[in-house]
Amino acid sequence: MTDAKSFPLPSDLKVVPGTEGAQAAYPYYTQFVPEDDQKFWFYNSMHFPEPMHHFDMITAEAAYVALGAFNTRVHVLPTAKGIEHRIINGRVYIGGVAVTDPAEIEERIGEFQQRAFYYYEHWERLYDQWKEKMKALIAEAQALPKPELPAYEPLETTHTGKGVASNHALLDIYQRQVEGYHRMWHHHFEFLLLGYGAYMTFFDFCKKAFPEISDQAISRMVAGMEAEIFRPDEEVKRLARRAVELGVDQHFKDGMDIDTVLAELDAVGNSGKAWLEELETSRNPWFNVSSGDGFYHYHRSWNDDLAMPFAALPGYIEKIRAGTNIERPTEQLVRERDQLVADYRELLDTEEDKATYDQMIGLAHRVFPYVEGHKFYCEHWYTNLFFNKIREFGALLAEHGFFGPEGREEDIFHLTQYEVESAIIDLMLAWGSGADARGPKHWPAVVAERKAAIAEWAQHSTSPALGAVPDVIDDPAIVMLWGITRENLDSWLSDGSEDTNELKGFAACSGVVEGTARVVKSVEEIGRIQQGDILVCQVTNPTWSPIFQRISAAVSDIGGSMSHMAIVAREYDLPAVVGTGKATQRIKDGQRIRVDGGRGVVTILEDEARDERVLEEA
Amino acid sequence: MNSVVWFSEVGIADRPTVGGKGGSLGELTQAGIQVPPGFVVTTGAFEQFLEALEAREPVRAKVSGINPDDLGAVTKVSEELRRRVIEEPLPSAVEQAIRDAYRELSPGEEPVAVRSSATTEDAEDASFAGLQDTFLWVLGADQMIERVRECWGSLYSVESICYRRKQGLPEDGVAMAVVVQRMVDAMCAGVMFTRSPLTGDKSVITIEGAWGLGSAVVSGEVTPDRWVIGKITGEISVRDISDKHARQVPAPGGGIHEVANEEAIAKQPCLTDEQLMALREVGRRIERHYGKPQDIEWALDQDGQVFLLQSRPETVWSAKDAAAPVKPPEDNPLKHVMSIFGGKR
Repeated sequence: MTDAKSFPLPSDLKVVPGTEGAQAAYPYYTQFVPEDDQKFWFYNSMHFPEPMHHFDMITAEAAYVALGAFNTRVHVLPTAKGIEHRIINGRVYIGGVAVTDPAEIEERIGEFQQRAFYYYEHWERLYDQWKEKMKALIAEAQALPKPELPAYEPLETTHTGKGVASNHALLDIYQRQVEGYHRMWHHHFEFLLLGYGAYMTFFDFCKKAFPEISDQAISRMVAGMEAEIFRPDEEVKRLARRAVELGVDQHFKDGMDIDTVLAELDAVGNSGKAWLEELETSRNPWFNVSSGDGFYHYHRSWNDDLAMPFAALPGYIEKIRAGTNIERPTEQLVRERDQLVADYRELLDTEEDKATYDQMIGLAHRVFPYVEGHKFYCEHWYTNLFFNKIREFGALLAEHGFFGPEGREEDIFHLTQYEVESAIIDLMLAWGSGADARGPKHWPAVVAERKAAIAEWAQHSTSPALGAVPDVIDDPAIVMLWGITRENLDSWLSDGSEDTNELKGFAACSGVVEGTARVVKSVEEIGRIQQGDILVCQVTNPTWSPIFQRISAAVSDIGGSMSHMAIVAREYDLPAVVGTGKATQRIKDGQRIRVDGGRGVVTILEDEARDERVLEEA
Repeated sequence: MNSVVWFSEVGIADRPTVGGKGGSLGELTQAGIQVPPGFVVTTGAFEQFLEALEAREPVRAKVSGINPDDLGAVTKVSEELRRRVIEEPLPSAVEQAIRDAYRELSPGEEPVAVRSSATTEDAEDASFAGLQDTFLWVLGADQMIERVRECWGSLYSVESICYRRKQGLPEDGVAMAVVVQRMVDAMCAGVMFTRSPLTGDKSVITIEGAWGLGSAVVSGEVTPDRWVIGKITGEISVRDISDKHARQVPAPGGGIHEVANEEAIAKQPCLTDEQLMALREVGRRIERHYGKPQDIEWALDQDGQVFLLQSRPETVWSAKDAAAPVKPPEDNPLKHVMSIFGGKR
């Protein structure tokens, strides 16, 4: 199918003119070199759909350090080691390291079975232990003080003989925060591949036994019911119910100003205060969910911006007033899942297959709570704490003029993690010496250059893959985490000749809906979504679920059939297509589109947007 | 044996007297599936007629003695016997029974379908479907009787005679039942397979349909719309909406004819999602009733109500079943994960 077509080589890819400085600032080990032409690479648009800020590159680096360690040396996957990554024009390309020597594979199979099987056998205990580890790690991060530099050291330092001055704390906090972030990624990969592997085992069996089964049917059979991902939305529903019970529900209206509402509630007496206490209970920890996927500093959490949960409150309150039960019917969902598992089992021809099916679904159900639950702790909760701590450093550096007179705390994300450390040392030196820091003369130009580069890179699309296409993709990590298969690659190669009004993605939840596309690029825009609109966004995850009550279908750039968005869409029985790659670029706000969630196809029905609602600048 | 029996009185076990089609329609009716009402002119009716014919001049002996390779002789016998079946008087009791049943079925002379229902046709192992006849949109008692005779006459078509002679089937066992059934004035119609005709997958239902009567789909004159639906989940994973240039509809004087579809409806799906779900439900019920996958013919009347016209066991894939399992169980269930982690899949 590939014909004469092939992907460009890494050496064919040129740095966008004018951005050479910004490109050179990425670490040397992430730059393409001539030898890389020998290898196959693909653009990790799933996790990194936008050009990366220099600091955010740590999300790739820390993740691949840990993923590689667990694949290569902890679990010892027989056929695949870790992931190499390269950066060009702000885009992250990755390539697997395959094991091809049969003797080595054989040796690794022995190691793998001793190690991975131990995890499977003790899954529940190890996972409970994992949660404790993660909670401890989160507590450590929460305990890190805000970085500050007093004019004089507090007398206490002298009286206690502390012997360490405040500037040292800057380096200590920063390094501990970076260390904690790396540790979080190790924990993240402690179970992930094994969990996906058990799921894929069942998935493959189903695809063989039922060649035309949809991915979503398999996902429904495996989905966990108690997973943390549903909890934030459930908390919003709880708050809606409490608002009605406490008689303060009239304060919540569409388009409300959140600060005003909070002030009103504080002023109206005990019932208002009681609701605010309920809000605090929900916020910690459940509003520590990111509105994105946790790979960009600008994906903020509900706690940082209450717009998302508050946007959902009026709708939920209205339903509760009307007597509708909006709580998640967990028991019914469990029954439906079990019925589905039983119904498919009944279709198998032989008793042997039924026995295999039971063994596989049993394992998949055991491991799945981790696959669904880990993100809340890792990509959401910990990552939010991490980026917010870096923001505090950003504020401190901005306060000391490091980003110029117009500098903002967010400017820190234009520095690499190593540059941030050097800027901190610069500040530590200056605070100590009493002389001027060099940063204020050095960083503003750097930040300006990188800001311009990121804006420029965003204008250029990049090849989905580089180098010669391998005959088979046999790396379980690449297949499982990125959904890359030989067929995908062939379709990428044929891209360009296809109908430009049609976008293909993963069929996440079936049903066909036509409606007005609402292309939403960030949480601030959710107020624009009207009843019946089709949500088109980059990443969808559980934090978007509160607005699922308003929309008629959902489309995303990123995500697979097991992505959280897909799981939640199925819960709401909302037609959804995920992982289209480019919906937010190709679909214009206000266009009429058709979403076919059963086939994973989105069709643009008219060229011109006729119902464009302008977003007011916040 | 009664000359006429109603669908509600018979089942598959009555196939020797009501034929495959009649037995199946009876079975579905008894199972509570919505089938257009009708009756079967039994093999008993045919045999009484045959006795009357034999009394005047031999029939069976003429066929038995023929050499199937002598096409001229076969043609001559065929023409003679078919003429006799169509022209010679029916025993009056038989004719009265059929006319009475018809009056009950179509008190206002509503159109009916007349279809042969051979005792061997539709059998799982001996399908020679196509050798018998179906007449659609038959109007009035006289036309109906004429069509019943034509169905009987098809037993003596050149093809039928040759087939029986080449197979060495005894002429004594040859009989035919005829189904007379109220017509559905179909808005759309088609077929449904309760397992995939492409892969044999039992977890999906494939539905094909087009505007108008189902004859256009069955005969392959129109490329139908096609859907693949999760049998258990109801997900619609394939929607192939075709350009259905024409449809078959009732002709003014009886029978059917083809009319062109206006462009506006030609590319419209002929079923809504709700109708697909209703069909899926009926398909599942029939499959559960028989305990095996089915090939089904269906129609939706002008009000969108679902009617079942025919159901027979799927034969192609069931012949391949009971092959090796997909994957045998493991003594240690964890070993299954090696199919993912252990290398080339």
